[in-house]
Amino acid sequence: MAVDEKQLTEDILRLAATDVRRCMQCGRCSANCPEGFKMDLLPHRVMWDLNSGHASELLEADAPWQCLSCMACEERCPRGVSPARVMEALRLLQIRQQGNNKLPAESVEHYPSDMPQQLLVAAFRKYNK
Amino acid sequence: MLEKKNFEPKIVAFCCNWCSYAGADGAGTARKHYPANIKIIKVPCSCRVNPLFILRAFQRGADGVIMCGCHPGDCHYSTGNYYARRRMTLLLSMLDYLGVAGERFRVEWVSAAEGARFAQVMNDFAEHIAALGENVKLRDLRCKK
Amino acid sequence: MQKIGVFVCWCGSNIAGTVDVAQVVEAVRQIPDVAYAIDYKYMCSEQGQELIRKAVADYKLDRIVVCSCSPRMHEATFRKCAEGVGINPYMVEIANIREQCSWVLKDKAEATAKAIKLAKAAIAKVRFNGALKPGESQVVKRALVIGGGIAGIQTALDIAEAGYKVDIVEKEPTIGGRMAQLDKIFPTLDCSACILTPKMVDAANHENITLYTYSEVESVSGFVGNFDVTIRKKARSVKADMCSGCGICTEKCPSRKTPSEFDMGLKNRGAIYIPFAQAIPKVPVIDREACIKFKTGKCGICSKLCPAGAIDYTQTDELITEKYGAIVLATGFKTISLDKFGEYGYGASKDVITSLELERLTNAAGPTEGHLVCPSTGKEPKKVIIVSCVGSRDVSGRGKSYCSKICCMYNAKHAMYIREKYPDVDVTVFYIDVRTPGKGFDEFQRRAVEEYGVHYVRGQVGKVVVDGDGRLTVFVSDLNSGRKLMLNPDLVVLATAVQPSPDARKLATMLTASIDNDDFYVEAHPKLRPVESPTAGIFLSGMCQGPKDIPETVSQAGAAAVKVVGLLAKDKLLTNPCTAQCDTSICSGCLACTHVCPYGAITGESKPVITKLGVRETRTVAVVNNALCQGCGACTVACPCGAMDLQGFTNQQILAEVDALC
Repeated sequence: MAVDEKQLTEDILRLAATDVRRCMQCGRCSANCPEGFKMDLLPHRVMWDLNSGHASELLEADAPWQCLSCMACEERCPRGVSPARVMEALRLLQIRQQGNNKLPAESVEHYPSDMPQQLLVAAFRKYNK
Repeated sequence: MLEKKNFEPKIVAFCCNWCSYAGADGAGTARKHYPANIKIIKVPCSCRVNPLFILRAFQRGADGVIMCGCHPGDCHYSTGNYYARRRMTLLLSMLDYLGVAGERFRVEWVSAAEGARFAQVMNDFAEHIAALGENVKLRDLRCKK
Repeated sequence: MQKIGVFVCWCGSNIAGTVDVAQVVEAVRQIPDVAYAIDYKYMCSEQGQELIRKAVADYKLDRIVVCSCSPRMHEATFRKCAEGVGINPYMVEIANIREQCSWVLKDKAEATAKAIKLAKAAIAKVRFNGALKPGESQVVKRALVIGGGIAGIQTALDIAEAGYKVDIVEKEPTIGGRMAQLDKIFPTLDCSACILTPKMVDAANHENITLYTYSEVESVSGFVGNFDVTIRKKARSVKADMCSGCGICTEKCPSRKTPSEFDMGLKNRGAIYIPFAQAIPKVPVIDREACIKFKTGKCGICSKLCPAGAIDYTQTDELITEKYGAIVLATGFKTISLDKFGEYGYGASKDVITSLELERLTNAAGPTEGHLVCPSTGKEPKKVIIVSCVGSRDVSGRGKSYCSKICCMYNAKHAMYIREKYPDVDVTVFYIDVRTPGKGFDEFQRRAVEEYGVHYVRGQVGKVVVDGDGRLTVFVSDLNSGRKLMLNPDLVVLATAVQPSPDARKLATMLTASIDNDDFYVEAHPKLRPVESPTAGIFLSGMCQGPKDIPETVSQAGAAAVKVVGLLAKDKLLTNPCTAQCDTSICSGCLACTHVCPYGAITGESKPVITKLGVRETRTVAVVNNALCQGCGACTVACPCGAMDLQGFTNQQILAEVDALC
């Protein structure tokens, strides 16, 4: 199946809203990543693949699902790039591709009241068209 | 919607030789683009800019006027931009009082090292003036081209 | 009628690529008083200037407009050309159709239209240009160098050797700067002190050089050729002319709690101290904040023990004023504070140190006499990790966006030094890039890998964790193998970013010298004029202008010296003729202008005047001193009746430009 790498990269970047061209491959993101010992593709490698037109390989990787969204990579990046947002974009893209992406607003009142807001917002982003 | 799409505002910029004019050159060196209708008049210091020059520009049909100088504290003539700042505050006050287009005039401090910022300031101002439309209130129609 | 000549430059393709120069020429030819208009590929070249000369002769031109690059580039060139054919150089105007037109636009039609407008504005202005004559001012044949590090010392030596008097003002108690703190320097691995101290001695002994150490510049006024500078000689509390430099006071001082600045806080010093053994002048200084005598009134041991009776607790700061023709800024650098970089554990563990601290540890004259030890245990480390780019190349806001330039080389140097002296110690350098562009530099760094067995790993440290026992755990990425590693070194060295001295900004304001957002002084032109500030008479030398290593610093110091000598060699300087002028026939003598002049160039004087109605009377009017006036124009706007105008930028000229542009 011929994948339009350019379009895929554009889709990912539109979701991620971070300028990956600024990445200078320093590796601080991977060094700080708490999941770094377990990931198949470290955050710096994810940025490299995205910058070099191999975005389709990223959709096969486990890394986006191992990512904790702890944001340490974004915090420590000297270039102001966010690998965490790219990971989120990769997850979103895959979830949306599978369908099953409706989250009704009515279900909100059934959620525990002490649920972190970020979780709600992230879920809405993931599960809404 | 009014036909503002083709409206390219005429903007005059007064730039001081030591900081903002050099900053404008810096924008050129870095190839940072800004609209063609912005034309620069060089002055030795922002304190040379007489409010009457600004009013003359509006009278002659400029849609926006921007004055650029060194950051306060960095004036090549040490105190020039402080006087400029106070004078232009008064001018803005006066324009506001008259109810004519105080927002068509802006003061920005740009240093010689801020080429990219100069272009950004010009782009912002051009967008702002384009949204305001043509200068009608201050234009003197007796001044023929 | 006036005869204006208009010359439109292609600047190769820089202008002609975006602006239709032929069209510009056509457009200006239509203007009645434009007697001649032509375009040419390179107006600033000899052929281009010959075109101007020929046109002036053939068409009897009396004013010239050149549409070209920025006047900041070639206004002087074209003025000189005009002067060569008998036209007053101030009858020349430049329209900037490159930096402010062709380089900032893409569309050819737009760019051409703008170029035509700018040309017309310049033509409108030149119609009102006057044949201005510069005045003359003297040049004080003395130079001031602010900063006594290698840059300041080298500049001063070069100026002194050329036969001119030069003063060095240094805020520390001794000259020598950062280079005095270093051990061996790349790429030759010379002993830093061994090559610096002879220069320090030369500077101290040279008949043309005067040292003001433990001193700071308090205020500066004046202009090129005639700067008035006030220097504050801070009170050492020691009489320098009586002190023999024996050092007994420094040994016996009971206050030992102050971290030594020279040793980067790795050791303490006394309240009375000499920064290092080879200090020049070798006269101690009392740090009054740390001195028991100054704080409590008790002690006074140094005074009792001094064989020369040189201690003077009553000494006060002294202010001296001196005149200089030129000023050189050589204020150097420091390393950034690591407050925003907590992840490296600096401060949490004593075994996380900066490269400058490592330099002190390996220096034979340092706090450990050259023994490399872990500061927390005093034992030799077995595993050392060197981290590059701490705080450099960082646009996130925590650090500096630039590359600090010297770290790749000194990391290799440090790594090799450790491996040579301690072959059992494991050294790894973690890098993003290895930048070694100088002569012999790449070979130097490769020796570290190929001969000394230093591990170079492309990757960066994420964080350094200190456990309860003080042991270090480092999380780091190895990019080439795509792995994350966990290591346990004994010593972590951080190659910390450099930044200009904290005094740079204060001095820039005092001298009205341009400074950028990173506090580096701005040069007049980054390629062609790297050692001059845009402010006339101010020159730049060393790190204060941008990160650089010692070979480059010494080169630049020499370049600055030559520029200074070029200035001081002149018997007189031509002053800027674009000065303010008062039309006494309408001046009412309110003297509002005198209050806004930054140079005190305007005074009220009683003068005979003829009013516009032909009445002769004597009254107070404003008088401008052309030697002091710098041409800012503040007075022109303060003048309520428009009597004050600025030559070269008259009200008529500026209004003509406004009319032409709108």
